[in-house]
Amino acid sequence: MAKRIDVSGLNAYYGSFLAIEDISMTVEPRSVTAFIGPSGCGKSTFLRTLNRMHEVTSGGRVEGKVMLGDENLYGAGIDPVAVRREVGMVFQRPNPFPTMSVYDNVAAGLKLNGSYKKAQLDDIVEKSLRGANLWNEVKDRLNKPGSGLSGGQQQRLCIARAIAVEPNVLLMDEPCSALDPISTLAIEDLIGELKERFTIVIVTHNMQQAARVSDRTAFFNLAAVGQPGKLIEIDDTERIFSNPSVQATEDYISGRFG
Amino acid sequence: MSHATLSGKRPGGLRGATLPKWFPWAVAVGATAAGLGISAAAGLQSSIQWALIAAVLFIVGSYAVSARVEGRRQAKDRTATSMVWVAFLLAVIPLASLVWETVQRGVKVLDTYFLTRSMGVVADSEPGGGIYHALLGTLEQVGLATLMAVPVGVLTAIYLVEYGRGNLARAVTFFVDVMTGIPSIVAGLFVLSLWIVILKMGYSGFAGSLALAILMIPVIVRSTEEMLKLVPNELREASLALGVPKWRTILKVVVPTAIGGITTGVMLAIARITGETAPVLLLVWGTNFINANPFSDPQASLPMYIYLQYSNSGGEGPGYDRAWAAALTLILFIMILNLVARGIARWKAPKSGR
Ligand SMILES: Nc1ncnc2c1ncn2[C@@H]1O[C@H](COP(=O)(O)OP(=O)(O)OP(=O)(O)O)[C@@H](O)[C@H]1O
Ligand SMILES: [Mg+2]
Repeated sequence: MAKRIDVSGLNAYYGSFLAIEDISMTVEPRSVTAFIGPSGCGKSTFLRTLNRMHEVTSGGRVEGKVMLGDENLYGAGIDPVAVRREVGMVFQRPNPFPTMSVYDNVAAGLKLNGSYKKAQLDDIVEKSLRGANLWNEVKDRLNKPGSGLSGGQQQRLCIARAIAVEPNVLLMDEPCSALDPISTLAIEDLIGELKERFTIVIVTHNMQQAARVSDRTAFFNLAAVGQPGKLIEIDDTERIFSNPSVQATEDYISGRFG
Repeated sequence: MSHATLSGKRPGGLRGATLPKWFPWAVAVGATAAGLGISAAAGLQSSIQWALIAAVLFIVGSYAVSARVEGRRQAKDRTATSMVWVAFLLAVIPLASLVWETVQRGVKVLDTYFLTRSMGVVADSEPGGGIYHALLGTLEQVGLATLMAVPVGVLTAIYLVEYGRGNLARAVTFFVDVMTGIPSIVAGLFVLSLWIVILKMGYSGFAGSLALAILMIPVIVRSTEEMLKLVPNELREASLALGVPKWRTILKVVVPTAIGGITTGVMLAIARITGETAPVLLLVWGTNFINANPFSDPQASLPMYIYLQYSNSGGEGPGYDRAWAAALTLILFIMILNLVARGIARWKAPKSGR
């Protein structure tokens, strides 16, 4: 299931603005990689290049290579829609489909793609909701609208929706930034369980969270506003938080930054 | 320092004198009485005059009293509130009187007999007869126009919002804007010259619905566009990130989220063209007989029926009553459409709550 991601020489633009420059890194399968760095340094931009969502923004353009397994996502003849089925995404703000019930939200990826058997659907929905630690809370209201859940439940619903299509990689852009400590903890536990099956990349502003959930941590930074963001270093989380090899990383982590 | 001056300005603290709840009503009654009194004394006949005097007295009176008792800020607030009320009444009076007049005169002959008979064997000066042929014609013409305009309009809006970039989109937007301003008679003349004069097709309900569709399309494009723009981008991205192709995202996520508003827009467009007379007069021609086939031979329609019955009646008699009854039917038809639209909008609106 899970696949290695290998990025080399990646630039991403918004129109003529170079947002991130020359990023190279490897993300191991069945691991959690955290992205940290100051606001505006291009973490979200980079994350979105990993499932070709960057080009959805008008003017979005990417140069370089992203290998998923042995295939270049930006190679000729690659279908971005197929890429997004392999690399799922959870957004910063919970965004369940407001016209759909809890059940239909989880089943959305399969239903909208038309590739499902009705009998399997019930199983997949239950499995995904259990996987997202939400089953017990919503099993009696599967047919109620998804937007009627609390913020934390909605975010877990979005995670369930993302894992229901069985991707290889799960990208999470600040999934807990709108949540209370208890929901955050639930999602962090969930990430720990999900990494048995998926390769996970998570953006977070919360250092403790990065330290708690991730195996590897990447620190991004930018020289000045208007300059492109760059990858400063990526290393084992323990090392990044105890003994980083770059001074800027240590400054940022210990709060002596900017 | 600054604190001292500030609190110096507000000796009353948090509590201030407040006029009782019934105060605006009392002023309104007083102003009306004064308005009536003044016009009686001055010998003014028109009810518009005393109503205007009363309105001015109401605004000025509530300001004066409130300024004295409550202070300037509350007085300004009361002035704004009174002006809103006066404007509301001014807007409602013509509407209410129109509905009242139509109902009062229309109910005289409006019954099932009237709804199920045509004017085929009834002379315009005789009593009896009905609007079946006109109602049928209107339903068919409006139905055909809707069938043509809704797909074109909705798809154009989807193109503009979801795909439109660059010059083509700008050109489409420009032409939609121009079309919005086309007077209905011009749309009628356009279809007349193209369909009837150049292509040599005869007068028919369909020719009329072509012109009606031209009038409908820009209204539908505009309202649908606005509704689609209201759909948050996050929903599109959520769907795309699940590996759903763009066209399916639009079909299954974007449009369903906006469907309530889109339906309302379509219904309003239908309501707008149902009362169109000019293009129908030019293209459908009119008949007193029932013609259920909109594709050949003249048909009737409600607005044209009203116009013909009224203009042949000379302001009284059975034709005159029939014109009012037909007008009432038209209003009821549009009102039902609006209610249906609201129902659909509420039923289809994105659900919240448990
Ligand atoms: N849609 C867009 N159009 C143009 N520029 C954009 C767009 N989105 C982001 N940018 C720019 O790209 C740069 C990187 O933004 P990005 O959102 O990736 O930052 P981030 O690291 O995720 O920040 P945060 O931690 O605040 O989420 C910023 O300079 C930002 O202004
Ligand atoms: Mg971000």
